[in-house]
Amino acid sequence: MATTEPVAKLVEAFSKLPGIGPKGAQRLTYYLLRSPVEEARALAEAILALGEKIRLCSVCFNITDCDPCLICQDKERDHSKICVVERPSDIPPLEQTGKYSGVYHVLHGTISPAQGIGSRELKMKELLLRLQDGQVTEVILATNPNVEGEATAMYLRQMIQPLDIRISRLARGLPFGADLEYADAMTLRQAIEDRQEF
Amino acid sequence: MGAPRNYQTHAVVIKETRIGEVDKILTIYTPELGKLKAVARGACRPGSKLGGNVEPLTYSLLMLAKGRNLDIVTQSQTADAFPALKSDLWRMACGLYILELVDSFTVENNENGPLFDLLLNALNWLCQSDNNETVLRYFELHLLDCLGYRPQLQRCVICNSPIKPVVNFFGFGQGGILCSNCGQKDPAAHSISVEVLKVLRLWQRCDYATARRVVLKSELALELEQVMQGYIKYLLQREVKSIAWLDELRKTQFDNSHVRG
Repeated sequence: MATTEPVAKLVEAFSKLPGIGPKGAQRLTYYLLRSPVEEARALAEAILALGEKIRLCSVCFNITDCDPCLICQDKERDHSKICVVERPSDIPPLEQTGKYSGVYHVLHGTISPAQGIGSRELKMKELLLRLQDGQVTEVILATNPNVEGEATAMYLRQMIQPLDIRISRLARGLPFGADLEYADAMTLRQAIEDRQEF
Repeated sequence: MGAPRNYQTHAVVIKETRIGEVDKILTIYTPELGKLKAVARGACRPGSKLGGNVEPLTYSLLMLAKGRNLDIVTQSQTADAFPALKSDLWRMACGLYILELVDSFTVENNENGPLFDLLLNALNWLCQSDNNETVLRYFELHLLDCLGYRPQLQRCVICNSPIKPVVNFFGFGQGGILCSNCGQKDPAAHSISVEVLKVLRLWQRCDYATARRVVLKSELALELEQVMQGYIKYLLQREVKSIAWLDELRKTQFDNSHVRG
């Protein structure tokens, strides 16, 4: 039985999304078909808004619908601290901690020599420009603790060092709920080196 | 009885590709099975038992289970995490270049014990050495040996005449040295000085402990690099991507003590 064209089109569109196969796409499509038309319209409008309204903040390069973004506009936040992250999706978990009140800078990736990604492909020059005005006193490097994240952090450290700004790195060690027996050598090494008074 | 479902192997992790939210496909190099791809489920989760054991530039003991397409890493233990590589930008870049070379030149399930030993040794040399350019060139030369691309450096590969102590040529297509007469007729050949030829001949037959004693002036080191990378590019028919990152680091000259000499 041939499927009606709008249904086939939506199934095809859904199946292009990561983690959604043809059966999953079909299930989502038929769910929407049964839902009130307002629900489908709200979904369509939200998807359209992504392309039309979302852009990058001209200061921190986070995704935003207003420029500068709400975090950069916020005068209550501490603008002398910049936390450098790999992707926009790294900001919400840091915000949820409620422990950080500074601003951010999104690099949009990490140095990855085997994929041909060097410093020029990332928002590094833009970060250095932000540091030129002398307002910033601390840069927190919050790239992931893996090989590429480390390479990026070490490169940034060497670029920022001449500016006489405090550079810090998110602490590394054992995650909550982990098992010491199964911790890898690098993590344990860091945990011992960076142990704290208790 | 069929082949065992689980097996254990030592391996150097040479590449990772993230799939889904928390899984990785690893490319590993093993002494008995050569290059393999395997799935590390949940490796990106903060509390994962695989976590740091399956990061690139790590030598680990892995337990794998046979999968339908790819084998699955079930247990892991770090044998050497190479902390000296991971805490120094230049050394890390050299290590990643070595991993890319191994990945580019090898095919899966093709055992090559000498290549595995060379890879592991090279990562250790990088950790100990202050002159990583020597490690890289020595590794490149012996990598080609292990793969069957050993350059012929004793006699002209075209006319078989002995090589005179003058400026000669390296023929990438011919896989070795060309005498000055034959080399001049080949526009693609790269000129090679007497000193660089001597260094290549020595390094081809000596061990690393002897090779590291050779002190190269920066011009000679540059020429050696151009010859080796030209040959590698010819063999791969493409650029090695990590070279751009090594060049960028050299240009920035952040840490002069490590870079070239």
